[in-house]
Amino acid sequence: MTALLDVDGVAAPPRANGELVFAEPWESRAFGMAVTLVEAGLFTWDEFRDSLVARVAAWEADHAPGEEYRYYRCWLAALEDGVVDAGADDAVAVAERAARLAERPAGHDHADGDGHGHGH
Amino acid sequence: MSSAPADRLSPALRTEALEQLLVEREPVDPAVMDKFIKTYEQDVGPLNGAKVVARAWTDPEYREWLLRDGTAAIKDMGFGGPQGEHMVVVEQTDDVHHVVVCTLCSCYPWPVLGLPPTWYKDPAYRAGMVRTPRRVLREMGLEVPEGRAIQVWDSSAEVRYLVLPRRPAGTEHLDAEALAALVTRDAMVGVAEVAAP
Repeated sequence: MTALLDVDGVAAPPRANGELVFAEPWESRAFGMAVTLVEAGLFTWDEFRDSLVARVAAWEADHAPGEEYRYYRCWLAALEDGVVDAGADDAVAVAERAARLAERPAGHDHADGDGHGHGH
Repeated sequence: MSSAPADRLSPALRTEALEQLLVEREPVDPAVMDKFIKTYEQDVGPLNGAKVVARAWTDPEYREWLLRDGTAAIKDMGFGGPQGEHMVVVEQTDDVHHVVVCTLCSCYPWPVLGLPPTWYKDPAYRAGMVRTPRRVLREMGLEVPEGRAIQVWDSSAEVRYLVLPRRPAGTEHLDAEALAALVTRDAMVGVAEVAAP
């Protein structure tokens, strides 16, 4: 068995404080959305946590061999579950919007700027 | 729990789409969301916990209060909010080494430590710390003496744990501010000791 903890890769245990909290900008947006929705009362933290636990367990039970664990992917899936369960949005609408965003030409500069932050 | 059709799209696009829709339909106020992100990216971090630890090291009454009612004693320093509503502080001793994990979903005491580091969320840490804590701690660079028991605290739905590390020898002349600079996040999770300056 290899070492339990990856000492050189992205999951390497840091020996000091001060690392970046989020690996990619979307992670900070997904984090902020969940906290905002708890604050707004769309769902409770306990409800969100139950979804997160289920998503983490689902990944651990079934994922592609060698696929790296990404906590905020589970977080995002739990967030989508929470939003859909609360009836604030439906999964189809989110998928359609995401598909439309995917069709933007490469290198677009977000000139519309409506709520599309980069977390920095 | 069904898999959304959006699962095939990149998480960045899914996040952006969700944010647009939630802002349009108003459950999300972008200004509030930006404030939360900035707070946890820039303002709230392990320095808060380090200040709590340093005060406990220099003020015996505060230490006693902190161990008896962590939530109130931490709130007294101005640190509260989400994931800090039910704080329990455990003190490292010569007999017991305390270490914190959340096996199910990486719960973490945000007000005192900020957001969890990557290794805390890693399945290897979450599963390994429960099964073979001494070995995982050794791999993270901490050798716990054989005679010292290891107590693993698995964060439940409510409680968040903070470890009060041992004050290093040779720091008797330091004040709380200088001591706080020595305290690391890893020591407050229980995967490291605080080193003398």
